[in-house]
Amino acid sequence: MAELAHADDAAIADPSLRHHFANSAQQLDAAMLGMWTFLITEVLFFGGMFTAYAIYRTIYSEAFASTSHYMNVILGGTNTAVLICSSLSMAMAVRSAQLSRYKTVVISLILTMIFGTVFLVVKYFEYSEKWREGLIPGIKFDTVNYHVPQYAHEAQILFFLYFAMTGMHALHMIVGLGLLTYLVVKARQKAFNASYYTPVEMIGLYWHFVDVVWIFLFPLLYLIGNRGPH
Amino acid sequence: MTSSHIPSTKSLVSVWAALICLTWTTVGVSYIELGELNVVIALLIALIKASLVAWIFMGVRFSAPMTRLFVVAGLVWLTIMIVITSGDYATRRYDNRPKSWTPTPPANTSTKPIPPAVGNK
Amino acid sequence: MATLVHSNPQAAEEVNYLNVEHGWKSWLLTTDHKRIAILYLISITLMFFVGGTFAVLFRINLLSPEGIFSAETYNRLFSMHGIIMVFFFLVPSIPATLANFFIPIMIGAKDLAFPRINLLSWYIYIVGAVLALYAVVRGGVDTGWTFYTPYSSTYSNSYVLAAAFGVFVAGFSSILTGLNFIVTVHKMRAPGMTWSRLPLFVWANYATGLIQVLGTPVLAITLLLLAFERIAKVGIFDPRIGGDPILFQHLFWFYSHPAVYIMILPGMGVISEIVSCFARKRIFGYNFIAFSSMAIAVLSFVVWGHHMFLTGESMYTAVSFSLLSMMVAVPSAIKVFNWTATMYKGSVSFDTPMLYAFGFIGLFTIGGLTGLYLASLGTDIATHGTYFIVAHFHYVMVGGMVMAFMGGLHFWWPKMTGRMYSESWSKFAALLVFVGFNLTFFPQFILGYLGMPRRYHAYPPEFQVLNVLSTAGASVLGVGYLIPMIYFAYSLRKGPKAGPNPWGAAGLEWQIQSPPTTFNFDETPTVKEEAYNYGPLEEIVG
Repeated sequence: MAELAHADDAAIADPSLRHHFANSAQQLDAAMLGMWTFLITEVLFFGGMFTAYAIYRTIYSEAFASTSHYMNVILGGTNTAVLICSSLSMAMAVRSAQLSRYKTVVISLILTMIFGTVFLVVKYFEYSEKWREGLIPGIKFDTVNYHVPQYAHEAQILFFLYFAMTGMHALHMIVGLGLLTYLVVKARQKAFNASYYTPVEMIGLYWHFVDVVWIFLFPLLYLIGNRGPH
Repeated sequence: MTSSHIPSTKSLVSVWAALICLTWTTVGVSYIELGELNVVIALLIALIKASLVAWIFMGVRFSAPMTRLFVVAGLVWLTIMIVITSGDYATRRYDNRPKSWTPTPPANTSTKPIPPAVGNK
Repeated sequence: MATLVHSNPQAAEEVNYLNVEHGWKSWLLTTDHKRIAILYLISITLMFFVGGTFAVLFRINLLSPEGIFSAETYNRLFSMHGIIMVFFFLVPSIPATLANFFIPIMIGAKDLAFPRINLLSWYIYIVGAVLALYAVVRGGVDTGWTFYTPYSSTYSNSYVLAAAFGVFVAGFSSILTGLNFIVTVHKMRAPGMTWSRLPLFVWANYATGLIQVLGTPVLAITLLLLAFERIAKVGIFDPRIGGDPILFQHLFWFYSHPAVYIMILPGMGVISEIVSCFARKRIFGYNFIAFSSMAIAVLSFVVWGHHMFLTGESMYTAVSFSLLSMMVAVPSAIKVFNWTATMYKGSVSFDTPMLYAFGFIGLFTIGGLTGLYLASLGTDIATHGTYFIVAHFHYVMVGGMVMAFMGGLHFWWPKMTGRMYSESWSKFAALLVFVGFNLTFFPQFILGYLGMPRRYHAYPPEFQVLNVLSTAGASVLGVGYLIPMIYFAYSLRKGPKAGPNPWGAAGLEWQIQSPPTTFNFDETPTVKEEAYNYGPLEEIVG
């Protein structure tokens, strides 16, 4: 009864409009603000680990410097470039959706997924290298053969934070790939066009955020303290 | 909001190019020994890259002021957490704080050592 | 559940959100914010009584100086009491129930911005609660609700992981609720409902949502780090290899201090609504109260170190936190002054909601003032870890928040259910709660001042009298909480039907039928008046 009174004319015109919104603009605005609010929670979530990292890195600066020996700048740098490319393709996907270019949306999304997968594959190689060298804190950390043995214990803490931060980041990438899969499926059904591209834009925001996190992780984990005499 | 603004391909590709260049830069600078400045420069470059992604890729350029306030608020709160917590560590004046952990067994004067927890629950 | 409201066979039952659909699926798959609020109400009430049972047990233990439980068991009792009460009752209480129900109505919307996420948040809460109850059933945790390392991460033999994961999961429920409120208040207001016309209840829950969104993620990551430490022994909080247990405390309290404001702010919002209605006067200092909610939300994030004065943070940090903690008391005081000023030259009536509001104002003030003793470094040294602290936070949380919750329940019950409860029983229960509460917790101020430590299963014999008084009070308080369960349940079947506005209150929620329809309004209202537009004594519409 009440529902039928509000099977709004707007809803008939736009089937993607949900009943409690007055119009599509309000729905899009709400979705965007909602996603930004969620990203703020992610900033604070990663922020806890950044705080721990900042503290330990500062008070154990020599031990931190010793960890840079094991950080592969080439792989890290490549991954940074890969993610930047994925951000470009994601932005292109949003743009194509806004222009109702159905084919380009699908291609851009798939490209983004390829870049994301490359990132994860590189990460896999990095992690397995660390496993072989016995650098997994708590589980398999070789304090005896650590290249500066007196810092081995503090280095274990720092390596834990390395794994926690890049691991959490990788987890978010995997979730992102799942979201992108959903988008690709929908895009192939031509679900997105100039008047409705909200999911693409929202997931785009998420993907860019994950890129931003890596933009900070890369210099902090791989670059600082890696060169010069110590 | 962002709904009515469509970024040009040119702007997107320019940002991409800038990000790649800045990545090269930050890697290159890290090879130069500048002491404390290394951290500052690396973070500054990261900040610029992140701002570019936010401004253009994420559409903050076209966003309503409230959205921008939200973005800033998140960063401010993160800063509060890091700065105040670091303040504690920076102002602890324990003159006998060891610079690094040296493996000495703890002086065990109690009757028996406290065993760690059994199992994971 | 499907038969919450029994239709009177003689009268034509108007359609409302309760009777529009029946059956389990219509409740468990609902996206109606009002039904979700009822689901939450049932869940948190159950958790309240679980947490309360632990309190009964340890208060019985404290009747005698040697105690009846072992220290181990006692530790588990108070820890589970704290965890369940804080994370599974207080944090969700008003936001997930009353605010969930009324924010859309108060702003003239048909629902929250994200109804499905609202339902998801309830399911997430249930998962968290199940995990916590699993920990309870397996024997509980003994770390205190604060999970301090390295005890929780290395030495405790209790179910730390289960409890921590339960809290971790419940945190996401809180985040989603806050996110929903923030977006709703920004984007879903009806035409004419400007920010300055919002009921203060909305302002309070909006500010609460900000805290939930900014603070809870830090708790989430902290508990994850704790879990890694416990499972893999990575060393991040282990002092034997250079980890710092204080870092855990910094990260934990970064959330948990703002969390106490998550718990109290919605209660303050309720009080604003009640005082204005039962003094029949526009709230005094609307802008001040609205901005004080925002000020509390901001300031609450820079005072967390006052929980760590004695645990090892630097002296200079302690001084800064002490100063900031003094400042955070100011917005709360502003609210108390404004509520009092509202009553001045108002026409005050003493219905049950107002009784709870009076209780709140007095007891919260005491709790808040004693907080200043704790914010002040010197006096905190003497009172940290004693019953003074226990009394302080129970005054604000129970004397404050739970009273506000009860007041809000009584105020909005006729709107939510379409039924009135027995006024004489409700007044009696309110009196029991007030007397029982003070008898329970005032002796604890004295105990703390005299030096009795908290979290101890035994105490020196000279403290017995005060402890016995406290336990006696707890019994009275318990009865005071049980009686409403009975008359509320009774009212659902046999209570007189309430009209749209039994209190003659102002606000959009009183313009619609009781109980409301699924979509709240037949037509989106256009707001033309300021909030709390109380003129001369209005006719009570029954």
